[in-house]
Amino acid sequence: MWPIGRGDRKFWIAVVVLSAMVAAGFYAYIYQLQRGLWVTGLNQKVSWGFYIINCVFFIGISYGGAMTSAILRLTNAKWRAPLTRLAEATAVAALLVGAVYPIIDLGRPDRALHLLLYPQVGSPIVWDLVAVSTYLVASFVFLYLPLIPDLAMCRDTLGPSAGRVRRTIYRVLALGWRGEPRQERSLARGIGIMAVLIIPLAVSVHSVLAWLFAVTARGGWHSTIFAPLFVLAAMLSGVAAVILVVAALRKVYGLQEFITAKHFRYLSYLLIALGVGYLYFMVSEYLTEAYVLERSTTPVLEAIFEGVYAPAFWVFTVGGLVLPLVVAALPGRFAIARACTGSALIIGGMWLKRFLIVVPGMAEPVMPWDWGRYAPTWVEVTITIGSAAAIPLLLIVFFRFFPAMSVHEMEEVEGAELRRTSMVPAFAGGGDE
Amino acid sequence: MTGRLSRREMLGVLGGIGTGALAAGFAPIAFPEADAAEPGPKRQWAMVIDLRKCDGCKKCTEACQAEHELPASFEWIKVFQVKDAQGNEYNMPRPCFQCENAPCLRVCPVAATFQTGEGVVLVDQDRCIGCRMCMAACPYGARYFNYNEPPGHQHPFQHPTPEHPVPQQKGTVGKCMFCVHRTEDGKLPACVDACGMGALYIGDLVEDVATNGQETVRLSQFIRENDAFRYKEELGTGPRVYYIAGHGQLWES
Repeated sequence: MWPIGRGDRKFWIAVVVLSAMVAAGFYAYIYQLQRGLWVTGLNQKVSWGFYIINCVFFIGISYGGAMTSAILRLTNAKWRAPLTRLAEATAVAALLVGAVYPIIDLGRPDRALHLLLYPQVGSPIVWDLVAVSTYLVASFVFLYLPLIPDLAMCRDTLGPSAGRVRRTIYRVLALGWRGEPRQERSLARGIGIMAVLIIPLAVSVHSVLAWLFAVTARGGWHSTIFAPLFVLAAMLSGVAAVILVVAALRKVYGLQEFITAKHFRYLSYLLIALGVGYLYFMVSEYLTEAYVLERSTTPVLEAIFEGVYAPAFWVFTVGGLVLPLVVAALPGRFAIARACTGSALIIGGMWLKRFLIVVPGMAEPVMPWDWGRYAPTWVEVTITIGSAAAIPLLLIVFFRFFPAMSVHEMEEVEGAELRRTSMVPAFAGGGDE
Repeated sequence: MTGRLSRREMLGVLGGIGTGALAAGFAPIAFPEADAAEPGPKRQWAMVIDLRKCDGCKKCTEACQAEHELPASFEWIKVFQVKDAQGNEYNMPRPCFQCENAPCLRVCPVAATFQTGEGVVLVDQDRCIGCRMCMAACPYGARYFNYNEPPGHQHPFQHPTPEHPVPQQKGTVGKCMFCVHRTEDGKLPACVDACGMGALYIGDLVEDVATNGQETVRLSQFIRENDAFRYKEELGTGPRVYYIAGHGQLWES
């Protein structure tokens, strides 16, 4: 059940490697903090770069988790049971990483408190602050509520070998769960409310992120379709991330018995629906803009379609959107491998797409003779890699202490008979069968 | 026009009262508080740039950088060398346009940038958090971020204010502020003062005058007779800078 509990070496190697990457990212940030933002590739023309791209990207990744889980719960999809926990945890991990980026991007992070002291509610950045912090709290609650019965299970099934501190933590967090019908009812209602709430919250987050760009007069950004485009992009990359996380943890924790090709096929359907929707939105955006060719949009479109950003654009469109959808949609064998390949390509593609939104929009000549240039430095690249490594690190550490699948829901929804002791996480003393 | 005239007459009356008050030892009228009773601001700053005269020497940029102790990459007034579709070449200095409906103001999350009663957009660098949202919002690229410490402090004990942001604070945004610290003292902005060609005029919409330091013109008449235009006026930002184009120049916005 918990091969990682036995083959502990793999776990530690993963933790050490990922921690080293995160530490490198921290080092790069401290380096930037001591010297100033000039150590980045940002300049007077292109004053937003990797950090803003990453902020949008990682918060987008977190969507999939929240939205997938919420949608599957609301539609009462029975096959969701083994996936929701992984999806919800991914959401929190990616959101924690994404929410840090606006601070990394600040010229004066020491004054971040000014956002609370002197907020100007008309600013999209204040909207972001409100939306992201609300969504962060909601994501935590959404992860925590379905966890309660499992915490109680850990509390009840663990022997003294688990250690007093850990058992106390489980006891406190389990909130006195006894599985009484009254408790079951409240929990179901709570999860139901959160599943309904998390969707508008998630939509609001990416809408205000889109408005960060769309409320300006810049040619590449001032677009009415930006908010829904961003929301769809986020869901697309998020579902792709969930597929990868589920595939990875399925292997690591040996959950093949519960998570089968069927689950990946269903997730692929979701991915394809979102991807086709995104393609449609994108065509709608570019067609209307390229048809009229306003003076402010023309240089950006030229640069994207046939200029300096054309390689990135076509790699994204073909390799990061169309191809992965075809790969995932094909019928036949290797459903899991195809879903994973498609998802990895889509995640890379969606990062490129965010780059194509932020950088050309910034570099475009607002005075019509003056293109900007942008190339990131090692600082930005290191921070990006470090933050990306933080997500799997957070996940494997989290699942070391908490069950990777909702035992409670598995029993309830799928009627699966689980050996409860074997589901207890490795660090908690389970797994040493 | 009659309304404006009568308002000015009233100013005279108020001034008389104020002087009386000062004589009586009530309040120092030189301070802005004493102006609170006035029906409107004293000045509404504007600029006229005569592109026929600009030879692209960039003396304005240099003077601006010296005045505000800016690095060479900071061109608060930037001279673009433009070649239009008909092959005409000309130089276009671009200060901050001090938009009446400034997009940079609304997007600031901490209200660090604001408009004075005299229509100049300033930055409070003690409050600015350096998010650079205003730079994204400015349709003219007039804002500059202090990625680094400004070169060579010449006033180590002076604390910068929005009206005199010297030296610039690292990690915050700065911009052309029409040299309000100079105009307050009755001096020309550094760029206007430095322009040997007399291409830059600083003006006041209330008084309806503009001067380049060599000649003084009636502002409304000057911009009307020379078909002056405002850059990207269609955005609705209400720029306070007027350009006078040369003969046959094709205007792209």
